Formats: sequence, C-alpha cells, structure tokens
Amino acid sequence: MSSLPAEDHPQPQSPTDLFVSFTLLALQGFGGVMAVVQRELVEKKRWMTREEFIEDWAVAQVMPGPNVVNLSMMIGARSFGFKGAMAALAGMLTAPLILVLLLALVYAQFAGHPGVAGALRGMGAVAAGLIAATGLKLAGALLNNVLGLRLCAAFGALCFVAIALLRWPLVYVLFGLGGAACVLAYARLKP
Amino acid sequence: MTGALTLVLSVQDWLNLLFHYLMLSLLSVGGAVSTVPDMHRFLVEQQHWLTDAQFNASIALAQASPGPNLLFVALLGWNVGLNAGGWLTGLLGVLLSLAGILIPSTVLTYAAAQWGHRNRDLRAVRAFKQGMAPIVVALLMATSWILASANGSSLQDWPLWLVTVAAALIVWRTKTHLLWLLGAGALLGWHGLV
Repeated sequence: MSSLPAEDHPQPQSPTDLFVSFTLLALQGFGGVMAVVQRELVEKKRWMTREEFIEDWAVAQVMPGPNVVNLSMMIGARSFGFKGAMAALAGMLTAPLILVLLLALVYAQFAGHPGVAGALRGMGAVAAGLIAATGLKLAGALLNNVLGLRLCAAFGALCFVAIALLRWPLVYVLFGLGGAACVLAYARLKP
Repeated sequence: MTGALTLVLSVQDWLNLLFHYLMLSLLSVGGAVSTVPDMHRFLVEQQHWLTDAQFNASIALAQASPGPNLLFVALLGWNVGLNAGGWLTGLLGVLLSLAGILIPSTVLTYAAAQWGHRNRDLRAVRAFKQGMAPIVVALLMATSWILASANGSSLQDWPLWLVTVAAALIVWRTKTHLLWLLGAGALLGWHGLV
C-alpha cells in the first residue's frame, strides 16, 4: 500500500503553497488541529492517502514533540526537503501564535462572563467529536493491514482501554502494545 | 492576567527557562500536553514565576484559540515575561520557551522521518508502519474520550456527550464544514444548553 508512487496524487506546488495551506488549516483548528489536517490534506487536497496519513502520524506520535507539529514538518519535508519542513512548520505556528497572544491581551476583560465559559465548554465537546470522527474515517484504512481485521480490532480495543479507561502512560502503551503489533506485522510481512 | 507577580529575572534565569524547555522537548513523547504537570512544578511551585491562575488561564486560552495546542507554551512564556517587566520581556519569554520546546524534538523527528522515508522498503520500517496503524486509530478514539470526559464526567453532563457523539457522526458521514459545528457548539454553550 505504501509502495504506491506518490506521483499518483496531487502534491503541494511550492514551499509558499505549503505555508499558506498550513496557515489556513491551523486557523480552522479550534481545540486541536488533527481533525482539520486529516480533512484538508487527505480529503480535500488529496496530498496523501489515509494509509500515508496513518503511517506519518505513527512516526509523529512515537517521536517526542507536539504531534501535529511533527506531522506538518514531515509532510512539508516529503515534497521540498528541509525548506518544505520549515515552510509547513512556520505556517502551522505563525498566525495562530499572533492570534493567541492577541487573545491573551483581551481575555482579562471577558474572563468572568458565564457565556464565554459556556461557549468554551460547547466547543470543547464538539472538538472531542471531531477527533473521534477522524479515528472512524482512518479505521477504514485498516482493511488493507497485514495484521488482518481481527488482530487490528484486538490491538485497537486494548489500546483504547489502556489509554482512555485505565489512563496508563502513553510511553508504556506505545512501546508495549505498539511493539507487539510491530513484531507480529514483521512476522507476517514477506521478507 | 497581568500584575499578579513582579519578577526580576537575570540572564541566568532566562537561560534556565530555555534549558528547562529544551529538556522537556525531548521528554514530550505524546505531545507537549504530556509535560504540563512538570511545567506546573517548575514554573509555579519551584521558581514562582507564575501564579496558579496565570498557569490555568494560559492552558485554557490556548485550547480555545485556533492552532496547535502547543501554543499554551508560548502563553506561559508570555506571562513569565509580563511578570518580569512588559511586553518586550513577554516576547522574549515566548521566543525562549517556544524555541526550547520545539528545537530538540523537531530536529529528532526530521532526522527520523528522513531516514524512514529513505528506507521505506525495509521490512522493519514496513512492519513498524503496519503494526502501529491500529494503535494510532485507537489513540484518536482515546483522545476523543479523554477530551469529552474532561468536559463533563457526571450524569448531568449527558447533553455534552450528546454533542460530542452528534459531532462525530456528522463529520464521519457528511461533508459539513467543521467551523459550522464548532459555532453550533459555542452557541449551545453560550445559552447554557449544554
């Protein structure tokens, strides 16, 4: 699946294109950018497939650092090397940084308003739903996984229970469950 | 958020801030949010550079504004800087804390991603990607669960959960623009319906 040549789908035109695209998508990302990255880059622009998105995100997740920042840098680097990585990173951070500082300046005046707190709660609930939807959409990519559906479901369920319900530290889950899944996948892949 | 503390920070202090973030960057497997407890320990309890209220407001504001949640780090640096003088030191705080939290992790990730891409046909690299895929999908569902239960975990909060489930189904099944849904959530919350 990942052996499909990248030329099969559209690519960013230039580092400027990367910068503008990431600025626009970062500005839509209230309460987290992951859902927006998936929708914009996989569904609208088609710069990457669902499978490629999952693969890149796996790397972004096991490396230290903010996941979306890692992910945007990797996507930028894929097309334009270091220049692309910096363009994507700058797009992801610059405009939102200016905005959040401006917000901090006006925040004091409105912090006490009950409507503001309520609106934040409502947006938080929607943002949680957006991330679940991203997971549901990406789950379709598991149909082609070398582990097979049953093992994928078992690993997924275990991971969900460990992180969401038992609140185990991510590091143990990634290296424990993830490591086991990688070993099994290794055994099933043809040399 | 201003005027809560008045600080005099030396060059040594600023370097201390930078180095602490450089270290946290390498420890931030799972994102910058996973290092929040340590940032609280360092900035509020140990150095007394921020008040509790400033710390919490920085995180809430960054969550509520667009862009990566990592920007709460910039706000923490901004507030340390404001406490130490004015907007110039505020900008210095933003610069040092962002550079600190970003540089080590991005350099490492960039190197790893380039290596992985060059060696994408290796059996081990393919196994890593195939094996991690179900974990990654499950992590998204778990993140959603954790965010939803942070908003409301008691029985009376069922309208919040309903909003979360409805948003998930609408985004999964339709092409509705995400901003419409966030706007709807904000309206419902503003009027106290959820």
